Order: sequence, then structure tokens, then C-alpha cells
Amino acid sequence: MEHPVVPVSTYLKIFAALMVLTALTVAVAFIDWGFFNDVVAMTIAVIKALLVVSVFMHLKYSARLLWLIAGSSVVWFMVMVGLTLTDYRSRDWLLHEGMRPEPWHSVPAEVMQDAAPSGHNGAEAGSTGH
Amino acid sequence: MSTATSTASEGKHYLNAKHTVLSWLLTVDHKRIGMMYLVSLVVFFLIGGAAAVLFRLELMTPAGDLLRSETYNKLFTMHGIVMIFFFLIPSIPAVLGNFLLPIMVGTRDVAFPKLNLASWYVFMLGGILAFVAIVGGGVDTGWTFYTPYSTMYANSNVILAVCGAFIAGFSSIMTALNFVVTIHKMRAPGLTWFRLPLFVWAMYATSLVVLLGTPVVAITLVMIFVERAFGLGIFNPALGGDPVLFQHLFWFYSHPAVYIMILPSMGVVSEIIACFSRRRIYGYKFVAYSSLAIAVIGFFVWGHHMFVSSQSTYAGMIFSFLTFFVAVPTAIKVLNWTMTMYKGSISLEAPMLYAFGFLGLFTIGGMTGLFLSTLATDIHLHDTYFVVAHFHYVMVGGGVMGFLGGLHFWWPKMTGRMYPEGWAIFAAIVIFVGFNLTFFPQFQLGYHGMPRRYHEYPADFQVLHIMSTAGASVLGFGYLLMAGYLGWSLKFGKKAGANPWDARGLEWETSSPPPTENFLVPPVVRHEAYAYEFESETSPESHPSSESSA
Ligand SMILES: [Cu+2]
Repeated sequence: MEHPVVPVSTYLKIFAALMVLTALTVAVAFIDWGFFNDVVAMTIAVIKALLVVSVFMHLKYSARLLWLIAGSSVVWFMVMVGLTLTDYRSRDWLLHEGMRPEPWHSVPAEVMQDAAPSGHNGAEAGSTGH
Repeated sequence: MSTATSTASEGKHYLNAKHTVLSWLLTVDHKRIGMMYLVSLVVFFLIGGAAAVLFRLELMTPAGDLLRSETYNKLFTMHGIVMIFFFLIPSIPAVLGNFLLPIMVGTRDVAFPKLNLASWYVFMLGGILAFVAIVGGGVDTGWTFYTPYSTMYANSNVILAVCGAFIAGFSSIMTALNFVVTIHKMRAPGLTWFRLPLFVWAMYATSLVVLLGTPVVAITLVMIFVERAFGLGIFNPALGGDPVLFQHLFWFYSHPAVYIMILPSMGVVSEIIACFSRRRIYGYKFVAYSSLAIAVIGFFVWGHHMFVSSQSTYAGMIFSFLTFFVAVPTAIKVLNWTMTMYKGSISLEAPMLYAFGFLGLFTIGGMTGLFLSTLATDIHLHDTYFVVAHFHYVMVGGGVMGFLGGLHFWWPKMTGRMYPEGWAIFAAIVIFVGFNLTFFPQFQLGYHGMPRRYHEYPADFQVLHIMSTAGASVLGFGYLLMAGYLGWSLKFGKKAGANPWDARGLEWETSSPPPTENFLVPPVVRHEAYAYEFESETSPESHPSSESSA
């Protein structure tokens, strides 16, 4: 497989673009977009990632098979996030029907402390619980 | 290549091409690297096995009289970490895969030989770190490193062990990358995708799982490190994290890791069953595609490890359904192997006995997996010995049986010597009996409520525990017996010809052991895989001296 020689100027342009986008990420963090906070931040991050992958990592100049491989890793990442979210998005549904105690990660820290039999960090609880 | 000094001269092969220790440590020959992995894995297997012997002895009595609870916890952790990360995951790919895959595709070496050597060093580095963690105080988290115990309470050897597993992961990535590129780019003329041996398909599917999954567990292990070392809240609820997130990330890799351990065995079993039934594998394409299907669907099922965590019940339903689904391609394979044997002329040498062992034990392991993937029954069976028995039926009954079958099948190819058949058949039977005596009672124990990872138990369970310990001794005896006769055969075994089983496939068309460059004449493939209906023709052609005796 041949890689065309990419002129240094291209790398510099991409580098500049990445810097600008980084500054933009910081800038938009000061504005409250409400629901769109994550969307805006992720959009910028994805654009940056695409620039790095396509130019710095030469994917743009590579065989289609490598596109497939890079693409499938993105798909797999989505699978991981997506199926994990099936848990997080639906975890409280039964709560409203009164069928399930509160998720324990929302228990206040003081209660957690009290639950430990002794010691300040509950080390004994940890070692006998297994 | 530096080691390639031999030409067509008779009697020169990869083992005697050079003799110095350095010629092994700096070799880029995939066959020598495979043998180096074999030696290292035997050592790790002995370490992991020794831990199992100790805790099985403890479990002979209901009281915790032989080991303290901390020591017991450290021993089962050591057993799990060593056997999974340093034996089962690399076992078939790094030993048999490294040795055979380039020969099976008819090329001289893997695509990146130096990367291949690097993988062994990286693996050893990871292994040594884990070993230091174990002897330098031990780790008691279990091989799963569950948070918040691992990040908040357990001793700091956790960091070393986690580093060891993290580094070892890179060695599997290097091996997998090598295999994928080799299979794509270096197949011999005439060797189309659907002429590849099913072992190669299995290696390909395994490599994809490794490449897609291992980075995730690596990052997850780094997160443990970061939370422990710098107090960054990721999994610790007191710092705003979520411990169940760890389980998601961990099992996203570690369930597919089960397929990293079992798919290669399935490949081995396909080769063995075809050879000892003298038949083409029934439904070749289905078996090939089912490897890929298992690799893909295997990624969608991890939540079945978390039914009794605080995971949402709805997510549990989805994961339960998807888990049933992954049984389909597995069942296709078992059915097709059975159909292959139907009306075949079956002979019962040791490799075939191991393949039979695999079929029966893996099926039991798989079927009991369905009990566990059913939400309601899992509530009862979760974290009991039923789970322990289930995954040992899959991992040992499936994974290790496949490895041993493959080791016997290709032993003459790798060493140039036959193992003693009578002893091998005896050992295979001992191992089969010992295995079942060890683990079948554990299904009973778990069903009756014996939780895993406890060193004391109610006296009612003692009879079953004694059976299990007795079985473990028989199993251990079988392994030692095998180590004994295989070692003996290196020096005293009957010399093997190029094709002692009269098998089909490129690896049987070169001499035993193969020359450093694998083939003196680059092979051309003219047949489908498993062309048992034809005489093996290329063998006498390219190597007039070698005889093919069945
Ligand atoms: Cu699983």
C-alpha cells in the first residue's frame, strides 16, 4: 500500500484547526445550552477526532478495508455506550412503581459511612464481604 | 530473515537450524515463538493449577482449617488471573495459532514477525508483574477486580496485578493484528477464503474479538488505577462514580473474552473431527460464518453477568434475550460436527477423544449457560457453585480439551515425534473422568445454595466437596501424566513423517518439523479444505522422502 506524501502545510493547517476547535470547546463551555450542552461539546469533539483520524493517521489515503476497520471500531463503541445506556436510562422506571428500593449510588455519603460496621473507611466490611 | 540459513538440505528444520539460547530469544520464526509461548504457558498453568490444588484441599472440610480466609481469597484470585489472562486467552492462538496459521495459509511467516516476537516479551512482562503482585502479598479481589472493593479497600497489589493484565492485553492485540493481516494478505495462490481451514476462520474471528474488545478492558483497568492512585471518581459512589459502570465496561470485554478462549478450540475441533472421520466438514460455510456470528453477537450479551447488580431489570431482559440468541451459532457448530461424523469412518486416536470430550462437555457448559441467562433462575444461581461449574465446563471442558486435542494432533508436526498413543488415550480418559468428578458435583452444590468464593461451608455440603477435590486430584494426575509422556516423546518418540494422520491441509504437506521457511517449494492450493475424498497428492510430490501412513 502506497501512502502519498502529505505536505507539511496540510499537517500545520489541521493542527491549527484542532487548536481553534479546542479553544471553541472551552468557549462554549461558558454558555449554558441546556440540553444541548453535551451535543455541542460532542459535535466539536467528533470533528476533531475525524480530522486526526483522516489526516494525521492517514485514513483518508488508505484502502477501503481500513475504513471498514476504523468504522467498525466506532460501531462497537456505539454498541458499548448504547447497551450500557439501556441500563442507565431505564434503571429508575420500576422505582416509580414502588417496586424497587432506591439505587444505592444515590444513598447519601453519611448513610454509607454508617453502614460500615467499624473503622473510618469500612475496610472490614470490604474484606469479609467476599 | 536472520534465522533462515538452511536451504534445501535434508534434515534441517526450524528446531535444529540454530541451537543457541539467543537464537531462540531473538528469533522471528513464528514456529519458535509458538514453542516459546508453549513453554511459558505450561509454567503459568502449573502456577494456576497449584493454587487450585491448595484451595481444593481447604474445601475438603467445612471448617476453614487449612487456610485463613485472606489466603483463600488470594489463592482463588491467583487461580483466576493466571488461568484466564496468562493461560486460556493466549493458549491456542499464541501456541497453535502462531505455529500453524502461517503454514496453513501457505506463507513463510506472519505479516509482522518482529511484532510477533515483541508480543512474547510483552506477555512475559505482564506475566512477571502479575506474578510479583501474587507473591509480593497477593491480591484478593477475584479475577474480576470488582469495584469499589478493588479501588477502595483491597491492598495496593491490585495496581500491579491490573498493570500485568493491562500489559498482557497488548500481547494479544499484537498477535491478533498479525493474524488478521496475515489471513487477508498472505494466502497462498489458490487459497480462497472458503478454502481456508476452519481453524483459520476461528483464528480470524478470535482476532477480531481481541482487537475490538481488549482496548476496552485496558482502559477500564487504567480507570481502576486512576481511581486508586489519584482518587478520581469513576466507580466509587463516595466520589460520585458508579460501581456498576465498572461491571459494564469489564464485561463488555470479558464476556467476549470467553469467545476468545472458546472459538480457537472450536477451530481445532473442526480440524480433528474432519481428519478422524475422513470427511469434509458438513456445512463448511455455516461453520465458518458461525464463528463470525459468535464473535459479533458475543459483544451484545455482557449484561447477563449483572442481573443481580443494580442494573435495570429492563436492560436485564434485553441482555437475557440476546444471550439466548448467541446459543444459535454455537448450536449450528455442534450440529454440523455431529453431522460430519455421521457415516464417516471414525477412528479413536487421542486427538479425537479430546474432540469428543469437547463436544460433550462444552454442550453441558453451554446448556447450563441457558439456565444462567434466564433472569429468574439466575437470581437463585447467581454467584453460586453452579456458575463455577458452568464456566469450568465451558473453559476447561471446552477450551482446555480443544487445546489438548490440538496439541496431540499437531505434536508430530511441531516436534517431529509421535507421542505414545496408548498412554495418550489413557491420559485422555483420566482427564475426562477427573474433570467430571471435579465439576459435576459443583452444579449440585450451587443448585443447593453453596456460594462461590467462601472457604467455610455448612457440613451438609461436605460429601460433594470431597468428590470435587478427589476429582481435582485425578485431573491433576492426568495432566502430569500427559506432561510426562509428551516430554518423554521429545527424545524417545517414534519419528513422525510429514503426514502421520493422512490429514488434509497445507501444514501436512511440509516435513515434520517444518523447515524454517515452512515450504521448500511455495505451495499452490488446488482443492477445497478437507478434501478427504482425494488422495493426499501434494505430499509425495514436494517431499519424496516422506511417507504418508494412516
Ligand atoms: Cu458472559
